[in-house]
Amino acid sequence: MDMHQLSLTDISRALAAKEFSASELSSHLLARIKALDPQLNSFISVTEELALSQAKAADARRANGETGALLGAPIAHKDLFCTQGVRTSCGSKMLDNFKAPYNATVVEKLAGVGCVTLGKLNMDEFAMGSSNESSYYGAVKNPWDLTRVPGGSSGGSAAAVAARLLPAATGTDTGGSIRQPAALTNLTGIKPTYGRVSRWGMIAYASSLDQAGPLARNAEDCALLLQAMAGFDPKDSTSLEQPLDDYLAALNLPLKGLRIGLPKEYFAAGLDGRIAAATLAVVEELKKLGATVKDISLPNTQHAIAAYYVIAPAEASSNLSRFDGVRFGYRCENPQNLEDLYKRSRAEGFGDEVKRRILVGAYALSAGYYDAYYLQAQKIRRLIKNDFVAAFQEVDVILSPTTPNPAWKLGEKNNDPVAQYLEDIYTITANLAGIPGLSMPAGFVDGLPVGVQLLAPYFQEGRLLNVAHQYQQVTAWHTQAPSGF
Amino acid sequence: MQWETVIGLEIHAQLSTKSKIFSASATTFGAEPNTQASLIDLGMPGTLPVLNAEAVRMACKFGLAIDAEIAERNVFARKNYFYPDLPKGYQTSQMDHPIVGKGFLDITLEDGTAKRIGITRAHLEEDAGKSLHEDFHGMTGIDLNRAGTPLLEIVSEPDIRSAKEAVAYVKAIHALVRYLGICDGNMAEGSLRCDCNVSVRPVGQAAYGTRAEIKNVNSFRFIEKAINHEVQRQIELIEDGGKVVQETRLYDPNKDETRSMRSKEEANDYRYFPCPDLLPVVIEQSLLDEIRASLPELPVQKRERFEAQFGLSAYDADVLASSRELANYFEAVNATCNDAKLAANWVMGELSSLLNKDGLEIDQSPVSAEQLGGMILRIKDNTISGKIAKMVFEAMANGEGSADQVIEARGLKQVTDSGAIESMLDEMLAANAEQVEQYRAADEAKRGKMFGFFVGQAMKVSKGKANPGQVNQLLKSKLEG
Repeated sequence: MDMHQLSLTDISRALAAKEFSASELSSHLLARIKALDPQLNSFISVTEELALSQAKAADARRANGETGALLGAPIAHKDLFCTQGVRTSCGSKMLDNFKAPYNATVVEKLAGVGCVTLGKLNMDEFAMGSSNESSYYGAVKNPWDLTRVPGGSSGGSAAAVAARLLPAATGTDTGGSIRQPAALTNLTGIKPTYGRVSRWGMIAYASSLDQAGPLARNAEDCALLLQAMAGFDPKDSTSLEQPLDDYLAALNLPLKGLRIGLPKEYFAAGLDGRIAAATLAVVEELKKLGATVKDISLPNTQHAIAAYYVIAPAEASSNLSRFDGVRFGYRCENPQNLEDLYKRSRAEGFGDEVKRRILVGAYALSAGYYDAYYLQAQKIRRLIKNDFVAAFQEVDVILSPTTPNPAWKLGEKNNDPVAQYLEDIYTITANLAGIPGLSMPAGFVDGLPVGVQLLAPYFQEGRLLNVAHQYQQVTAWHTQAPSGF
Repeated sequence: MQWETVIGLEIHAQLSTKSKIFSASATTFGAEPNTQASLIDLGMPGTLPVLNAEAVRMACKFGLAIDAEIAERNVFARKNYFYPDLPKGYQTSQMDHPIVGKGFLDITLEDGTAKRIGITRAHLEEDAGKSLHEDFHGMTGIDLNRAGTPLLEIVSEPDIRSAKEAVAYVKAIHALVRYLGICDGNMAEGSLRCDCNVSVRPVGQAAYGTRAEIKNVNSFRFIEKAINHEVQRQIELIEDGGKVVQETRLYDPNKDETRSMRSKEEANDYRYFPCPDLLPVVIEQSLLDEIRASLPELPVQKRERFEAQFGLSAYDADVLASSRELANYFEAVNATCNDAKLAANWVMGELSSLLNKDGLEIDQSPVSAEQLGGMILRIKDNTISGKIAKMVFEAMANGEGSADQVIEARGLKQVTDSGAIESMLDEMLAANAEQVEQYRAADEAKRGKMFGFFVGQAMKVSKGKANPGQVNQLLKSKLEG
């Protein structure tokens, strides 16, 4: 089999067995990226030199007897993880000239265990979007249909992994930005519990919702990568000291007696009937593995999108204030005075969707509106969290479609931001509540991938990976590759 | 019309932590620009704050010292506005949940009466950097060394009624934060800065007048002048038929005037909201108990003890307790000489004028507390007179050693041998036989003045070394004789 067809787990084994070296593998993938990525536009930067030197170092470490599971494993980072000396653009003109002066904790940790960084992946500008069309570097195409979006905001990560340009990538998920693109490109992706993975060095969109996680071809690969990414970080005050579970060990637990909840609100109007059918087929498969199923209700779901589109823009409006043309990033030509510097640097440096969210957020926080919008949204957030806490008294995991529709055509929803916001309806609640969520391949509709989402109580990433892995032992959806890649 | 002044103060005290409130950078004053600015202080994308626990402890100390409630649950909020020396585009501060709630501070006015000033709240926040407009032609330099230095903003109630009261209050806060060791109080370096909210109203009117806020006044003297100027400006404005507008004003010490910076209409909407990068900080009772147990004796307690234990006047006790260093010095002098009144007189008199003259702090005093106490002992045992003591003091200040060394080296020992004094007096009286005759002929009323002449002559002849008490007594008996 070609090296690029191997999963991360396969690569780990092959490197250990010295079937090929990390250098050979990286060179092969770099060549593949060069040849194929022009069709996809999934990379913003390819870090060839860095990759080859890291691969060489990994090979040397292995020659010295080191055996880490990710030693020499090629990955790439969503372009909002600060990577020392490398452009970290956040998909924005604002940071097109920004070379990060330090490494994000995620970057540091993965480099530490010997991962080879092939490059920085395209994304919606400042992670704001569900289609990867808001990037300053242009839209990313879905390898399953190059006329369609790959989802977003981690669209570059999803497209690159789905197209076998690399086995796995990092992403971030603020309202579904790992799970939704994973669903639209036939990948497995997990958003961990809020606070499980350090946010240090991850350029913030909405601080109370942002969480990093892996996108890969299957649950086992996700477990391998998450194990290396997660853990307490004293540099992030919202990072949690809870000890890390052994995700690989959790994969093989039997599903007998697993209680699955199906929230009725996630199977309501707006859901493509074929996706509903695919989702229920997954349920049937899990039943065969010993799971039991129960209908449940998450009554405050209907308010989730409204609450999210107050809280996330409110935080973003403040988080993005530092991009002012003074210390780093884009500065307008020939500013006349301070106000001109601010206004033009920000007007020229940010794209439309970012400006839209800054405006919405600033409005929601402004005097006289704070109580009606921001405070109200926080109350809804609490109610949504309570819904989950109550539901998890009765069930172990909650299962739903990841998205109401498969990948849409490029440009189709560009003029209707609200229609695009509605695509996040099933994923947003996990971010508001802070619980972990996973999306896994569940079949195809008109040749386009469909994903199913699993949600679990706080810190039960292991359980999510376990259910997905057991499902993937008896099904083959996740092994399907897009033709031409 | 009679006017009443109403003043409320916001004091920003820089907490003397070693590192910044949300980063590990040092806080030392005066370093080369931007050498104490880390990635966090620069607001680099992706960086996150981690709260400095020492800043929280210091704020708790202050809260306990003013008898305030300490919030169990502390929330940091972002105050959003754009300014080049504010790297993140927001200042991390506290809004709805300040760490220190309502408290009070008792101040002593010049006439010795006490007044209680309410403190509304005190909250933790980060300082901004500095914009340097002078050094770069046509450009502004930004120094972010100060960005992220912890501040405690102390907000008073509008309980202050004059510029003098305002100064007394700021001095009391200044003394308190220095006692607590939470702020160095260096106003010239901006470690303690004051915003003054000033309004006037006709005497007897209950409602407050419209206030103006004078920003960043940085010395006791300027606080007094700025407030007095602003009060005068407001009264004249109203009496001329005008209206005070709510605005921020700047005091210009060179011109001794305040001028408008921005009006309420131009004021920012700060869009405060809880900072999502910092979790709420819970302060346990056990921490407060531990801090309370470690609090030093505070100015008010010290003042009361000085009055009770040493019988000092309220004024003397207040002056001596105004700084921990001065109080310690006084107590060390007293420990050596065991005479609190003499110790207080010398510390507040000769020593203070010496320090003032040379612009020295008490801990830079050229005369140590032990030296001064030792000298007072020699006054008490009649080795030297008060007058000679001033010479000894000066000699000690010039580095001539202890009082005993000076007395010995300069031969200043007082003559207390009554035989020697008597023969010296006889000689002197013989030399002034005419005056003696006049004295004896004079009536009681005139004699008082003339007696002084003989004392002066006696001291002159003895070069001041004769014990004045003995001189008086012996002279009297000889003249009356």
